[in-house]
Amino acid sequence: MINENISAAQAAYLASHRFHKIKICLYRILILFAFLSLWESSARLGWIDDFIFSSPSKLIACFYRMTTENALFFHIAITLFETLASFFLVMAGSLLITILLWYSKSLTETLDPYLVVLNSLPKSALAPLLIVWLGANYTTIILTGVSVAIFGTILNLYIGFSEVDEEKIKLIRTLGGSKNQALFKVILPANRANLIGLMKSNIGLCLVGVIIGEFIASKCGLGYLIIYGSQVFKLDWVILSIFILCIIAIGLYGCIRLLEKNCIPQE
Amino acid sequence: MQPILDCNHVHYSYHTLQGETPALCDIQFHVDEGEFVSIVGPSGCGKSTLLSLLCGLIVPESGAIYFKGAPVTEQSRRHIGYMLQHDHLFEWRSIRKNILLGLEIQKKISEQTLLEADHLLKLYGLYRFKDARPSQLSGGMRQRAALIRTLLLHPDLLLLDEPFSALDYQTRLKVSDDIGGIIRNSGKTAILVTHDLSEAVSLGDRVIVLSPLPAGIQNIIATDFPKGLSPLERRNTDAFKDYFNLIWKELNPHDK
Repeated sequence: MINENISAAQAAYLASHRFHKIKICLYRILILFAFLSLWESSARLGWIDDFIFSSPSKLIACFYRMTTENALFFHIAITLFETLASFFLVMAGSLLITILLWYSKSLTETLDPYLVVLNSLPKSALAPLLIVWLGANYTTIILTGVSVAIFGTILNLYIGFSEVDEEKIKLIRTLGGSKNQALFKVILPANRANLIGLMKSNIGLCLVGVIIGEFIASKCGLGYLIIYGSQVFKLDWVILSIFILCIIAIGLYGCIRLLEKNCIPQE
Repeated sequence: MQPILDCNHVHYSYHTLQGETPALCDIQFHVDEGEFVSIVGPSGCGKSTLLSLLCGLIVPESGAIYFKGAPVTEQSRRHIGYMLQHDHLFEWRSIRKNILLGLEIQKKISEQTLLEADHLLKLYGLYRFKDARPSQLSGGMRQRAALIRTLLLHPDLLLLDEPFSALDYQTRLKVSDDIGGIIRNSGKTAILVTHDLSEAVSLGDRVIVLSPLPAGIQNIIATDFPKGLSPLERRNTDAFKDYFNLIWKELNPHDK
C-alpha cells in the first residue's frame, strides 16, 4: 500500500533503488562509449585497418553521404515496412491457426508432426525457392520473414492455449457458455502475457527473416546494402547498415514494450 | 409434489486405454424443492462426477436424470448453478466484472441485473472491493464473490462442489456458515458435495452417504435440527454429535 508519509527506512530503500538504477544506466553508456572510443583510436593509431574495420567517424561521414546520395532512408523504410508486414502476418496468422487447432483436437494431432518439422527446418533454405516461385519482390521477402517466425509461434501459442486450467473452461460451461465464449472469456485473456512475449521474440525473428530475404532477392533494403557493400568492398556500408539494424531492433522492441505497458486490461 | 431433481438408477464409468473404471453404480435419489442435501463419501469416490452428471456436463451411461420432470439437457444447465471447488475468479477482471461473467455469457446484462449485482455486492460486504482484483481479496471474500456470480443467474438448483475445501479451517467454518445462511435465506434448493462430515451434517437437511468406488448409495440420513439454527449453531447441539458418529460408522463400517 502506498503511504503518504514515508518512513526513514523506506526513504533509504527508495534512494538505494534509484541509485542502483542510475548506476546500471551509467555502466551501459560507459560500455558503449568505451567501445566507440577504443574503435576510433585504434583506427587512427593504425592498430586496425580502417578500410576493413571502418571507424565511428568514417561511419558518420558515410551516413551523411548515403542519406544524400544513396537514399539511405528509403532503404531503411523498405526494411522496416517488410519487417512490420511480416510481423503482423505472423501474429494474425498464428493466432488464427492456433484458434483452429484449439477447436479441433483431431486437426492438432494430425498436423503436429508437420508443424514440428516445419519449425525445425532452417528457413533460409526456403528463401531461394520462394524467389523462383514468387519472383524477387517484396512478397518473397515478407514471406521469408513470416516463414522464420510463424511455426514456432503456433507451437508456443498452442501450448499456452492448452495450459489454461480445464476447470476455468468448465466454469464457463456451468454458466451456460459455449466453446466460443470459452475462447473469448478465458483462453485469449489468459494468454495475454504469452502473446506479448511472443510478439517480443517475433519482431526480432521477422527482422532476421527479412534480412535473409533481402540478401538473396532484392534491389533495396538494408540487407541489400549489406550484400552489395560486401561485394564491392564498401565495408563502411556494411557496418553502417548493421548499426542501423541494431537501432531498428531496439526501436521495434521498445514499441512492443510500450504496447505491453499501455494495454493492461481495461476496466 | 414433483421433486426438483430425480436421479434414476444412474451408472457411469471412466474409460482409458488401460481399462474401464466404474465410478458410479446405481445412484438413485431425489431432491425436493427448497431442500439442502449433502453428499459425503470417501475421497475419490466420484462425488464431483456425480455433480457433473446432475448438471448435464457429462451424460450417464445408463439411467436418467430428471430436472423438474424433464431429462437434463444443455438448456436445463442455465437453471442450475454450479459452484466449483475453486472460485476461478479471473485475475484479468475486476471483482464486479467477475461476478457479471455469467450474465455476460447468457446475455442478460441489463440495467436491472446490474442494479441487482451491486445490491448483492453490498449485501455480502464486497461493494467496496468491486474494482479490486481477485488476488487482493481473502479466500472467504473470493468464495462469496463466486457465489454472487452463481446467484445472479437465479438458479433453481445450486450444486456446490466442495466449495470450502480450499479455505483454511477457521475461514472455512465462517464461510460455510455464511454461505449456508445465504442459501437458506434465499430459499434455494442446494446439493453440497463434501468429504467433511461435520460440514455435511451442519448444512444438510439430508445427508447422502456414498460407498467407496464404484460409488453407490450406502445410506440416506435425514437430519432433524430445530428450525432456524445456523450451521455453526447446529454444530453445538447434542444431536450434531450423534449424526456425525452415525455417518462416521457408515463410512467406516469395520471400525469398532
